[in-house]
Amino acid sequence: MSDPLVRTTSLRFGYPQRKGLFRKSGLREVIKGVDIVVPRGSVLGLVGESGSGKTTLGRLLVRLLQPTAGGIQFDGVEIGGLDESELRPLRARIQMIFQDPQSSLNPRLRLGTTLTRPLHAYGRLKGPQDQRERAAALLNLVGLPVEFIDRYPNELSGGQRQRAGIARALALEPDFIVADEIVSGLDVSTQAHILLLLKELRARLGLTMVFISHDLSLVRVLCDDVAILYHGEVVEYGPVARVFSAPQHAYTRQLLAAIPLPDVEPGWLDDTPPVVTPQPQGSAA
Amino acid sequence: MTATLAIENLKVAIGDSNVLRGVSLDVQPGEVRGLVGESGAGKSMLGRAVLGLLPANAVIASGRITFEGRDLLAMRETERRDLLGRRIALIPQDPMTSLNPVKRVGSQIGSLLRHHLSLSKRAALTRAAELLTEVAIREPERVLSLYPHEISGGMRQRVLIAMAFACDPSLVIADEPTTALDVTVQRQVLQLVERLRLRYGSAVLFITHDLGVVAKICRTMTVLHAGRVLEEGETAEVLVRPHHAYTRALLAATPRADRPAEALRPVPPALIEQLWSDARKLDSMSVARPA
Repeated sequence: MSDPLVRTTSLRFGYPQRKGLFRKSGLREVIKGVDIVVPRGSVLGLVGESGSGKTTLGRLLVRLLQPTAGGIQFDGVEIGGLDESELRPLRARIQMIFQDPQSSLNPRLRLGTTLTRPLHAYGRLKGPQDQRERAAALLNLVGLPVEFIDRYPNELSGGQRQRAGIARALALEPDFIVADEIVSGLDVSTQAHILLLLKELRARLGLTMVFISHDLSLVRVLCDDVAILYHGEVVEYGPVARVFSAPQHAYTRQLLAAIPLPDVEPGWLDDTPPVVTPQPQGSAA
Repeated sequence: MTATLAIENLKVAIGDSNVLRGVSLDVQPGEVRGLVGESGAGKSMLGRAVLGLLPANAVIASGRITFEGRDLLAMRETERRDLLGRRIALIPQDPMTSLNPVKRVGSQIGSLLRHHLSLSKRAALTRAAELLTEVAIREPERVLSLYPHEISGGMRQRVLIAMAFACDPSLVIADEPTTALDVTVQRQVLQLVERLRLRYGSAVLFITHDLGVVAKICRTMTVLHAGRVLEEGETAEVLVRPHHAYTRALLAATPRADRPAEALRPVPPALIEQLWSDARKLDSMSVARPA
């Protein structure tokens, strides 16, 4: 059994729901008892359509949200109930990369500053020379030219901005990264480069990752395991090779069948598959 | 046979930059043609040029656009307006911003029908309900009374498809109509477009970046890059035996759920640079020619 870096147990999350102006009336649950294990050095794909709860689950894993029930263990420590000051030392080890690098990079800061901000926040910079060297090393790591130190985000293409987003997440040398739809907005030609960059970084740095996507094809490129989410529950969970070759759940089969492969396939548009309302398997009720 | 849409050597510039560098393509009656390209290829600009919706600072430097043999660029504004929405319809990309948020669904479909088909208010609403039924919306009367924000993204896209086919168009321009949708909803929307275009006998110019979508719905395809047509032909032929290096590279860079990851090969940056430099060479040649 491989050594888990991250594990959730019956993890639940709900937003407070209000009826009437002042009265609270319980929670609207969006994560309904999720158990996942991410072994050290592996990549877990989290797949679901809109409203499945995949982004919420990602935010719980990096503790941008606090669970309403259940637990999150990181490197053997329960972090589900920690407050912000207790989380601070862990925050350096857990990073998130966001979908839209356009809005997650500060437009008024040069890349060199943005990339080293996390280091600054943790007091790990030894002056301006060190800052430039670190920034250059980070740019180099993600395949961007060193001259980009003095560029602003709007001078970069979409793919370059996403590389910068990855570089910033790597600044503190984290153990665990959650990447939320980070190639969704990119062109095919750029997307493949970013996917291969993540693969390479993972091998080089021994990163453990959760890769959130609505697109099963991307998951196949990058991930070891995959969890399919539907309405806040995991309906299928297993090694990528198994889930793609022998999907157990009707919803997974429906998702796979809906992906338009670039092959001409007469009849693909004819049959309307019955809409499946999946019954979750293997997650606590 | 007169082509439904024929574009000849279309050149469009915005300020100093050329966005279309001499594009030719046609769409025959009943044909579904995919217009494929990545961002910056000029594919949306081409759709806008046909619809007369180019940005105010865009200049059509040369070329012809004919619709059923009539020159769209030469005709009077009133004549052209009469065609738009009726004989030439658009399915837009973003279903949220394309509907008026302060008007009920019924009033938006209704005013389109009354304007183009001169239906009475009551007849327009009856027809609107029929149209919603055609796009598989249950309880059409109820949906007609709702505002756009009260229905899901997939349902908004169905409403827009219903509006596009409302006046029996002979050409529909679909501009990335499924890009924002989940895959299962995307499949349903593609099935709907297929069913309706067969029913109304419309030709479709389907703009997309997704080779998978092209494979499923388009009989022919045109590959656009930097405002130039790099390849065109029958979809079945192009996808199996692509002639242009760019088409081959795009196919190799598209992740496939049915194949292991090792097959993925990113587009070589040198190829992209070469294509852009070729495109710019074309610009300098046309500038060098005396006016």
